[in-house]
Amino acid sequence: MSNYFGNYSLCIALILSIYLIFKSYFDANSENKNLDKNYILITSIQTLMILISFVSLVTAFIISDFSNVTVFNNSHTLKPLFYKIAGTWGNHEGSLLLWINILVLFSSLFLFINKNNDKDFKILTLLFQNILIIIFLIFLLSNSNPFSKLFPIPLEGLGLNPILQDPALAIHPPLLYVGFVGSSIYFSAALAALISKIDSKSLAISIKPWVLISWFFQTVGILVGSIWAYYELGWGGYWFWDPVENSSLMPWFVMTALLHSILVLERKIGLYSWVIILSILTFTMSVTGTFLVRSGILNSVHTFASDPSRGLFILSFLILMVFFSIYVFFKFAPFENKKYSIFSKETFIIANNWFMIFFLGVVLIGTLYPVFLDTITGSKISVGPPYYNLILAPFLIPLLFLMTSGPNYKWISNETKSFFNFVLVLSVILFLITFFIVKESSFLLNLILFFSIYLITQTLFDFYESFKKRNINISRIISHLGFGLLIFFIYINHIFSLENNFNLKLGEVKKTNNYVIKFNNLEEQSIKNYKSVIGHFNISNKKTLRSQELKPEIRLYDKPVIITYEASIDSNLFSDTYLTMSNISETNVFNIKFQIKPFMNFIWFSVLLLSLGGILNFFKRNKNETN
Amino acid sequence: MKQINYIIVSILFSAIFVILYLSLGNEKIYDTEDLVGKKIPEVEINLFETSGVLNTKEFTNNEFTILNFWASWCAPCRKEHPNLVRLSKITNLKMVGINFKDDKSNAKNFLQENGNPFDILAKDKLGKKSVNFGIYGIPETILIDSELKILKKYIGPLNIKDINEIRKIVKK
Repeated sequence: MSNYFGNYSLCIALILSIYLIFKSYFDANSENKNLDKNYILITSIQTLMILISFVSLVTAFIISDFSNVTVFNNSHTLKPLFYKIAGTWGNHEGSLLLWINILVLFSSLFLFINKNNDKDFKILTLLFQNILIIIFLIFLLSNSNPFSKLFPIPLEGLGLNPILQDPALAIHPPLLYVGFVGSSIYFSAALAALISKIDSKSLAISIKPWVLISWFFQTVGILVGSIWAYYELGWGGYWFWDPVENSSLMPWFVMTALLHSILVLERKIGLYSWVIILSILTFTMSVTGTFLVRSGILNSVHTFASDPSRGLFILSFLILMVFFSIYVFFKFAPFENKKYSIFSKETFIIANNWFMIFFLGVVLIGTLYPVFLDTITGSKISVGPPYYNLILAPFLIPLLFLMTSGPNYKWISNETKSFFNFVLVLSVILFLITFFIVKESSFLLNLILFFSIYLITQTLFDFYESFKKRNINISRIISHLGFGLLIFFIYINHIFSLENNFNLKLGEVKKTNNYVIKFNNLEEQSIKNYKSVIGHFNISNKKTLRSQELKPEIRLYDKPVIITYEASIDSNLFSDTYLTMSNISETNVFNIKFQIKPFMNFIWFSVLLLSLGGILNFFKRNKNETN
Repeated sequence: MKQINYIIVSILFSAIFVILYLSLGNEKIYDTEDLVGKKIPEVEINLFETSGVLNTKEFTNNEFTILNFWASWCAPCRKEHPNLVRLSKITNLKMVGINFKDDKSNAKNFLQENGNPFDILAKDKLGKKSVNFGIYGIPETILIDSELKILKKYIGPLNIKDINEIRKIVKK
C-alpha cells in the first residue's frame, strides 16, 4: 500500500514541478509586479506530496513491508524500531529521497519566508530550484526508485549493515544533507540574482539565513560523523582525511568563506560577484561530494553499493549545472572595481576567504589527485594525513592571527593599531606556562599553540570589552572562541595521546607506561540481532592509583553476517581511556589496542561552540527583522 | 578579457569532467596479482640484529626464497606462524622474514615464544621498503625463484593448502 502512495505522490510532485517551471518562466517575463498567489498553493501541494512519499517509505520500514525492495534489502523484523526508521536513509534510494525532501522543503520555505519583494528574483529562484527538483526526481524514479516492488513477498529482510546501527550515524546523514542540499537554495538564488539584477544588499539579506542554517547543519553533521568514527570504527582517531570525510569538509570551507563575505556584501562595499561565485561553488562542491561518494570511484567506509549508472547520472547533472552557471555568470555578472583600505575589516574578511579557498584547494587536490592519477597513468596512490598536516598546518598560523586581529578593525577605515598590548603579553605568558608543561620541541607546533592561545585570549577579552559597551557580537565571539579552542585541544590531544598494541590471553597482565592492564574475564551474550563476546579488563594507573573497568566487545551480527569490534571507552572530563579487542581465530589470544586520549570531550565541545555561533547569528537576525 | 576567462574556465572544467567520466571505469579494487611473473626490484633492507643490509640480489644464490612480511602486533601472523615453521624444514627453500613496523623487543619475544623459522631476518621499521614488493597489509608472503621472479603471492595468513602448494612448486 505504502508503495503506491509513495510512487504516486512522487509522480504528482514531478508534474507540479514541471508546471512550476513553465509558469515561472512565463511570469518572469511578464509586466505584473506582484507574485501570483498560486505559487504558494502549488508549492505547498508539492511539499505535501514529497512529504507523503517520505512518510510512506518510513512506514514501510517501520512495519517491515518486505514487498518493498529497499526495505527488504536494508531492514529486518528483529531490528530495534529506532534503527528501522534510521534504515530509511541508510541506503542509496532512501537517502536520495531524503535529499529531494530537503530540496523541496527549502525551496518552499524560501518562497514563504523570504522578505525580499523582487518578484523576478523570487520566481527565478523558484524556477532554478524546480529544475534541480525535476532532475533529481527523474533520477530517483528511473534509476533508484525506493518504492520498487518485490513479488513473492519474502518473510524476512536482509538487515542493515550493523556498523550503521548507531545513534550518531542515524542522525549524521540527515544533518549533512540539510547542509549539502540547503546550499542549493543560494545556488538558485545567486543565478536568479544575476539575471534579475537585484542589488547587493537584498542579495545578502535573502541568502544569509540559508547560508547560516546550512553552515550550522554542515558543522554539526561533520561533528556527529567524527564522533561516530571515534567510537565505532575502533581506531581511536576522529579525523582520517578519508576522501568521503573530505567531501563534507569541502563545501564547509566554501560556506565559511561565504558566511564571511556576506558581511561585506550587506554593507554594500563590494564582493557581489565573489558572493555569487561562492554560492555556486558551495552547491557544486556538495554535488561533487555526492558524486564521489555515490559513484563508488572512492573506496571508503561510506561506499554505498555502487552502480556506474548512478555515477554517470550525477556526473551529467554536475556538468550541466557547472556549464550553465558559468554561462549565466559570464553573461550577467556586473563589472566591479573596488579598492579596499589595507587595515579595514573587509581586507581581513577577504583574507579569510583566500585561506578558505586555499584549504579547499588542498583538500580537493588531495582527494581527486589519486583518482586522476589512476585514470591517466594507472598507478595507484593514496594521499593521507601526512600530506594534509604538512600543507595545512603552517597556514593555520596566519589564519589564527587574522581571526584574532581582524574583528577589531573597523569597516571602510584605514586605522592602524599597535600590536603590542595587554592581551598579547597575557597570551605570551599563558603560552610559556603551557610550553613548560608540554615541552614540545617542534617550532611549528609551538607557533600554532601560541596563536591559538592568542586567539582565545583576545576573543575572551573582546567579549569583556563589548560586554562593558553593551554591544556584543556574540555569534562571532562564540564561533571564533570555538575555533581557537578546537585548535588548542587538537594540539594538546595530539601531544598527550598514548597508544599501545599487544596480545593478551585470559588472565594475563600487561604493563605499559604507567598503566597495568589485566584481562579478568570473558563473557558471552546473545542479544536481539547479534551475539557478543565481552572482555572484562581492569586498568589501573600506577601514578594516580585510579582503576577502571573496561569491557570491549566483539559482536557477531547475523543479519547480515558481519563481525564488528566495539570499543570500550571510559570517558571522563579530561581524558578518555580507549580499549578495543579483536580475536585471533583458532587461538585463545586476543589482540588489544589500548589508548589514552586526553581532552576528547573538549574537542567535541569546541566544535559545538563553533556551530552555536552560526545559529545564534541566525536567531539574532530574525529578532532584528521582527523588531 | 571576460571572453578569455570564459574560455579558460570552460576548458578547465571540461578537462576535469572528462577525467571524472573516465574514472568511472577504473578498477576499484587494488590488486597486486599482476606482480606474479615479474621480477622483484633490487632493494636494500636493514638486517634485524646487526647493522648490515640485505640486498635482494643475494636471493639469486638460492633455488627458492620465501619473503614473509610479519609483525608481533599482527594477529593473523601469530596464526600463520606454525605454517612458516613447517615451511622452514624444506631444504631448497630459503626463508627470509621481514619484520614490518615493529618494536624490536616485542618481535624478539614473539620469535622466542613461537619459534624462529627464518634463515635471514630483516626489518622494515617504517614500512617504506615493503612498498617495493607491493605489500599493503601483513602478513603477506612472496615466493621467488633464483631469477628473482615472483612465482606466487599470498595475501593474508598462509594456511595448510598454501603450504602444500608451495611444497609442490619447490619440489618440481
